[in-house]
Amino acid sequence: MDLSIFGYQFMQNAILSVVLGGIACGTIGVFVVTMHMPFIGVCMSHAAFAGALLGLWLGFNPLLGAFGVSLAAAAIIGPLADRGELSPETSVGVIFSLMLGLAFLFMGLMPGAKSAALELLWGSILTNTRGDVMLLGIVAGVVVGLVFAFYKEFQATVFHRDMARSVGIPATIILYGILFLTGATITASLRSIGGLLIFSLILNPAAAAYQLTYSMKRMFLLSAGFAVLSGWIGLLMSYLVNIPSGATIVIVSSAIFGIATVLSPKRKVKLWPKKPLPEERQ
Amino acid sequence: MKANEMSNTVINIENAVVSYREDVALRGVSLRVKSGEFVGIVGPNGAGKTTLLTIINGLGKLVQGRVEVLGCLLTPSNGHSLRKRVGYVPQVENIDPRMPISVREVVMIGRYGLLGLLRRPGERDWKIVDEMLELVGMTHLARRPIGHLSGGEQQRVAIARCLAQQPELFLLDEPTASLDWRAKADILGLVKLIHNSRHLTTLFVTHDLSCLPVACDRVVLMKQGFIWGEGSPKEALTDDNLSQLYDMPVSVVRERRKEAILI
Repeated sequence: MDLSIFGYQFMQNAILSVVLGGIACGTIGVFVVTMHMPFIGVCMSHAAFAGALLGLWLGFNPLLGAFGVSLAAAAIIGPLADRGELSPETSVGVIFSLMLGLAFLFMGLMPGAKSAALELLWGSILTNTRGDVMLLGIVAGVVVGLVFAFYKEFQATVFHRDMARSVGIPATIILYGILFLTGATITASLRSIGGLLIFSLILNPAAAAYQLTYSMKRMFLLSAGFAVLSGWIGLLMSYLVNIPSGATIVIVSSAIFGIATVLSPKRKVKLWPKKPLPEERQ
Repeated sequence: MKANEMSNTVINIENAVVSYREDVALRGVSLRVKSGEFVGIVGPNGAGKTTLLTIINGLGKLVQGRVEVLGCLLTPSNGHSLRKRVGYVPQVENIDPRMPISVREVVMIGRYGLLGLLRRPGERDWKIVDEMLELVGMTHLARRPIGHLSGGEQQRVAIARCLAQQPELFLLDEPTASLDWRAKADILGLVKLIHNSRHLTTLFVTHDLSCLPVACDRVVLMKQGFIWGEGSPKEALTDDNLSQLYDMPVSVVRERRKEAILI
């Protein structure tokens, strides 16, 4: 196998992007999965996509548009998710379809070739520049840093918002923080993975990790690990078999989820409590 | 005498009105609770019992009136600092059995507010958590995922979490709902024991009328967002009062009571 390709800068950029994007997406995914809000992530990634297309159409930085529109979507979704008295799925579904509609409207209004727009839809990790890598690095750093610094607040909020509030944790701010970080992560990964595919890199690795551990800390590590692994395997396969990298990454992450589900100790949840834990056995 | 009475008051609600959209949940409720009291709150569904608890810990938003808790006037901005001193056990909800959080970690959440931002739980915090788990008899399940516990066990964990907060006020929202009769009696005994040994002031919302005379100093009857009556369990829980509170003929109330005693 000729792996000299990995000596080229574009390939190194791609590998680094996958590591940094994987860490950011895998970490955010833990929130999306444990809060049982997968649809909110889907909605925000399409909002980012619509925002980027708005930028392309009107001629400003697409990433700025992506970030702006995904934050606007978060501002609408946030209160719906926070109230909890009604199921937010329907309203989020409407916003999701609106975002998709806007995205295709902007694409239709855009003059000339649509290749830049399609690139945002599918992503093209092999054309990532050092600037893209830097942006992913900053976002990954901020996401991991905040999770590390406010771990206990995140943990309590994700577990039960009202309970977190009742012990004096500002759970509403934390929830909006999570939505903000989701928007930032999706924006930074948009060019690499693409608006349609980014969400599976957020959901699948975290969903796989969720099947395998009862520790939230381990879930963060596993999720980030699975996301990076999906990226690497996907990248390698796409090079070896010459298929689109974004799609391959997503398929690999789905396969990892499938394997995790099959191997999950949580499927035997009924039997589990009867067996003592290693710590208790002694 | 009057000043002494005031200084003893830990909860002072004056003419509180709360509304959720077009529904009015509380329509001008006034209530005063003295330090060390054990107050039971009963009434039909939708009477505003839970709302009453949430305005005491600042989670419910007042449309009108004022609430003073532990000597502080509640405002929208001081709610979360005051909540650190108020223990609240909400109604049990189903917890996903796959939730990656252990019983011990859930109890530790009770300490998080007190710890404040950017500080990690230390040895002392874990010691308090383990003491509370011991108190509620859940030490043997400490490392289990929270979702694997039964309803009664989760209720005990919720109480331990609330106590780990070392609260001055103890608010419980239907802690015995959906439990079997043995677990109901156990939880009630536990709450009463904790109330006495820790010198707490306790507000206890329940549908379980039979437990009130055992536990409460005072019973507050609520209906349609009003405080409809109050008094000692004996005074408040008469057949006439219950018949009007639940809109049932007195004969039915008597029948039900007999059944409850028989069971």
